[in-house]
Amino acid sequence: MPSLGADMESAVVTEWRVKPGDSVKRGDVVAAVETAKGIIDIEIFADGVIEALVAAVGDSVPVGGLLASYRASGAAADDAARAAPSAPAARPEPTRAPATSTPPSAGGAPPAAEADRDRRLASPAARKRAAELGIDLASVGPARPGVAITLGDVERAAARGAAAGGVPVAAPAAGPADMRAVIAQAMSRAKREIPHYYLGTTIDMTRAARFVAEWNVAHPVTERLLVGVLLIKAVALALEKVTELNGFWRDGRFEPSAAINVGAATRLRRGGLVAPALEAANRQPLPLLMRQLQAAVERARAGRLRQSELANATITVSSLGEGGVETLYPIIHPPQVAIVGFGSIVVRPWCVGGAIVPASVVTATLSADHRVSDGHRGSQFLVEVDRLLQEPERL
Amino acid sequence: MSIPTDDELRTTILDSLLSVAPDVDAATLDPRREFREQFDFDSMDYLSFATALHARLGVDVPETDYPRLGTLDGCVRYVAAALRRGSAP
Repeated sequence: MPSLGADMESAVVTEWRVKPGDSVKRGDVVAAVETAKGIIDIEIFADGVIEALVAAVGDSVPVGGLLASYRASGAAADDAARAAPSAPAARPEPTRAPATSTPPSAGGAPPAAEADRDRRLASPAARKRAAELGIDLASVGPARPGVAITLGDVERAAARGAAAGGVPVAAPAAGPADMRAVIAQAMSRAKREIPHYYLGTTIDMTRAARFVAEWNVAHPVTERLLVGVLLIKAVALALEKVTELNGFWRDGRFEPSAAINVGAATRLRRGGLVAPALEAANRQPLPLLMRQLQAAVERARAGRLRQSELANATITVSSLGEGGVETLYPIIHPPQVAIVGFGSIVVRPWCVGGAIVPASVVTATLSADHRVSDGHRGSQFLVEVDRLLQEPERL
Repeated sequence: MSIPTDDELRTTILDSLLSVAPDVDAATLDPRREFREQFDFDSMDYLSFATALHARLGVDVPETDYPRLGTLDGCVRYVAAALRRGSAP
């Protein structure tokens, strides 16, 4: 079970699209799982042949738990490495496969125990309380042969989970309340752990808006652009110069990302939001990036995103769109280290060559992690975004 | 190609709307109220809706005409007129 974000602990298998013996190619959708963010299509990470489906439809599987075994093309299967679940009490480590098998004594349940986790010895009160709290009994602690999990164990696990920033959520059924819980968890962690600094600037959007208007007159509806896609592209290109805003904070240090995958914060009508990743946004021509954004937003609103879209964002862009306020102060989505906000485009008095003229402007804000970068670099980043938006034809 | 009736058009337009905004509740849709007001439609929704209309009905709506797609009734009128124009000899 891959991690689909820092806020995910487990997911329920809802569908298998492959069976043992099937050949698969990297990126093929092999299964679908249900999380608080909706149904997510799970993609296979390498070419190979499916050997066995371990998790059944309806099973709740923790991040790092075994879904299926498969044999990679041209290599012997190395199931042990993939099968090892992450230590249940540990903080979630998104987009990261467990590196090695962990002995049970170190806190990680062996693969077999994952399948058997519902058979862990537990008192009825403990089982009931765990269900109420949405805690997986396997996450309560290492198995002690012959010793049942008690109510106290469950309460302590819940307290520990809350302190670590991640109460394990078992078997979530997607709904507004679950979405709210996911956001609460991620944002609480961000506010608790990330020393944010904030910068803002006003950017003249006259040229960018004119470029989009002219483009759209000249192109059929299937090739039209929105100003929002220029904002995303400008952010992606500026990140090539200010690399310390793009990546993850993990294990007490910054891991820069070579790929620039921009998460586009998308509001959902049923409540909440998700930020599907636009992969390699810095390298996509605008029309292609636009179609990618459009498809991602549609899938997000249909509640059916792909695993790579949910897990791979290296930074987030949050745009208010039309008719909103001028400025937002976004909160970083851990383990990312920066988020860029754009308010609604508004017409304001603007100085051009000594004269005051009406101009379409947008307020761009940057919230960044002070453990990784300083205000000076953040400022250079926003200046670069501004510069790029003054030459929209080169985006 | 024969021009669909207004009822047929309405069904196709509603299908297009639901294909781009599956989280919209068709049962509560008021055909005279703006989508923006009813469903918090944004510019991305309008573009996707126009794209879906193009795919299903072959109508290419210029960006400047998006406001006329604001309500379901408005859409039916607009698309019917566009199809009549398009199929005129």
